[in-house]
Amino acid sequence: MTERRPARFYQVGSFAAGNRLVSLAERTVQADPSRTNSITSGHRACQGCGEALGARCVLDAAMRATDGNLIVVNATGCLEVFSTPYPESSWRIPWMHSLFANAASVASGVATALEVQGREQIRVIAQAGDGGTVDIGFGALSGMFERDDDVLFVCYDNQAYMNTGVQRSAATPPAARTATTEAIGLHPGNPFGQGKDMPRLAMAHGLGYVATATVADLHDLEDKVIRAMGFRGARYLHVLVPCPLGWATEPSATIEVARRAKECGLFPVFEAERGRVTSVSWIRHLIPVEEYLRLQGRYGHLFDADGRAAQPEVLERLQALADANIAAYGLLGDRP
Amino acid sequence: MLRQIEGSRAVAEAVAACRPGVVCAYPITPQTHIVEAIGAMTKSGQLTGCRFVNVESEFAAISVAMGASAVGTRAYTATASQGLLFMLEAVYNAGGLGLPIVMTVANRAIGAPINIWNDHSDAMAARDAGWIQLFAENNQQATDLHIQAFRLAEEVSLPVMVCMDGFVLTHAVERVDVPSQDEVDTFLPPFTPRQVLDPHLPTSIGALVGPEAFEEVRYLAHARHLHALNTIERIGVEYAEVMHRPFCGLVSPYHSEDAELVVVALGSVLGAVKDVVDELRSGGAKVGVVGITAFRPFPLEALHRAVGNASQVVVIDRALSAGFGGILSSDVAMALDRRTSIATVIAGLGGRAITEHSIESVLRDALVGRLEPLRFLDLDHAKVQQELAHLENEGCSLPTPDTGLGATGLTKLVGRVGT
Repeated sequence: MTERRPARFYQVGSFAAGNRLVSLAERTVQADPSRTNSITSGHRACQGCGEALGARCVLDAAMRATDGNLIVVNATGCLEVFSTPYPESSWRIPWMHSLFANAASVASGVATALEVQGREQIRVIAQAGDGGTVDIGFGALSGMFERDDDVLFVCYDNQAYMNTGVQRSAATPPAARTATTEAIGLHPGNPFGQGKDMPRLAMAHGLGYVATATVADLHDLEDKVIRAMGFRGARYLHVLVPCPLGWATEPSATIEVARRAKECGLFPVFEAERGRVTSVSWIRHLIPVEEYLRLQGRYGHLFDADGRAAQPEVLERLQALADANIAAYGLLGDRP
Repeated sequence: MLRQIEGSRAVAEAVAACRPGVVCAYPITPQTHIVEAIGAMTKSGQLTGCRFVNVESEFAAISVAMGASAVGTRAYTATASQGLLFMLEAVYNAGGLGLPIVMTVANRAIGAPINIWNDHSDAMAARDAGWIQLFAENNQQATDLHIQAFRLAEEVSLPVMVCMDGFVLTHAVERVDVPSQDEVDTFLPPFTPRQVLDPHLPTSIGALVGPEAFEEVRYLAHARHLHALNTIERIGVEYAEVMHRPFCGLVSPYHSEDAELVVVALGSVLGAVKDVVDELRSGGAKVGVVGITAFRPFPLEALHRAVGNASQVVVIDRALSAGFGGILSSDVAMALDRRTSIATVIAGLGGRAITEHSIESVLRDALVGRLEPLRFLDLDHAKVQQELAHLENEGCSLPTPDTGLGATGLTKLVGRVGT
């Protein structure tokens, strides 16, 4: 039995969460002038980078939840590259980067050592992109999960290797164009029937807490980080972070694209404890997947020059995936 | 107190006496009893203030050690062979970050063909990873080197590999004096990290360094290694005083001061070489041996001094750089005068015994000028010639191509076992 997360106030005509309509205590961490700015301005992320936005929100919320007692381990990836070109660093928190594949293991070592030192009040976050999570970092992550080490692992999922020129990962969705799944041939883009459902894999490890979120709903994202920090042991947070470069979207559309990913059902937003889904963020205004796909150049081959569906059967298959999510998670709630 | 004790057990007790905070390891082949013993000590309460983490791979083992070290906790792991190669990316990373981890490498061969026995292929593959590499001649030295390794690693802020021959030392029962807790506490102060992750003083560790500074960073790593040469000697002197041991420095010479022929080697083979040296000296031959304890940083000057005026150097190499020859010997050559001739003996690969008889025949050949520049000790020439001829005539090797021995080698052996 799943519960719906309590509705927030939203402004009429947009889905934007209205900070001004809620009490000071309920406003987002980002609305707090004394927030940490864990990743501060001046870094080299692209305009409209969903990952930079997601990381700032996640870490500022975690800093609030832990009263500033936080250590972060970062996998190789965009986030690491754009934040620490020597001799500069945009991190205002203790931060370590080792390798692409070992962020979860290094974080295990940090957490274990803190426990030995009797400094368990200091909490540990490991963070990686989707490649560092579902592909090359998966073994280390699974090991950290099964040992139930006291680490929150955050995956900023932009659905491909963006830093290196948009190559496919096991998080790339079907039909999406990448540099290694070009939009050519009989089945343009990424094949159907592949990829890993990472939140489900995390749940299968029996973790205390697993959640998904997008950068479109800041209240929800921050809530989940704060909630995750209330648990001990291994936890997993999967955040959808659109990438204007790899998705071929307008930098100004990052929030809109993330919102549509959730509202069409392709990206279910939920929480789970000990392998069981405990709450679901309902779709507020259901849209066909086409409205999500149209904003993105990586699906451009699905539409012709006049904007008509060039490959209706592919659209149907993608819609079927969204419909399956809607049914599986009850994303429409009590509506028909 | 001297005890009859397995090498792995002695090392486990020595490491435990160093009060590590985190010990992490992948538990099986290639592994030794060292981590099993430490795991048991943490669980029984014999070793307090330490967590044993049983990880899913060697790659995770070294990474967990890195995380622990980065928050200022003394970290230890052990591996060998395929395990060392599986973690190699992170081994380089720990070297680059200067995290003072201590790791035992129970030296073993690397496949294919798969082989679990002793040689130095694993340590040589990690030669350039930026770690200090110390080689033990016997289990007493392995025990002593581990205790010195923590002090050394933390003083120079570099990780240290203590290399001890797999099985030959790790599984051998010998007389060993494991220093007491009090003695170790006198010698080894608590770990004060040079860089540390701390919420009170946020730092960024592991930045992206571009072409404008990368060479400088590498140079500084080199400078730290050269500085470590002095530190190794100084710590060796202090250790000898505290523990009442003979001093063991960068190299260990034996009858080399007046020798005309000097053998240079790493690890446990040195014992057999010394016996042969005694034998030949009793017959009047001026031979000696120099063991290398510190392989990285490489002790060019100390080795040069120890070899002295010898006209001939024979290097026993327990690893092969296919297509070139000896690995240790090319380093040794850098320490020698041009007039000193050098020969390489590839020996003991994949656990083949290096007998005193074979060493003696090599040295007798060398003394009469009959040792070729590169010799494979006890090579079955008939076997390899047969295979080479088969390759020449048939254009293929049969039927186990990865061994390169085809019908002449393993299959015959299997056939014999089968019948």
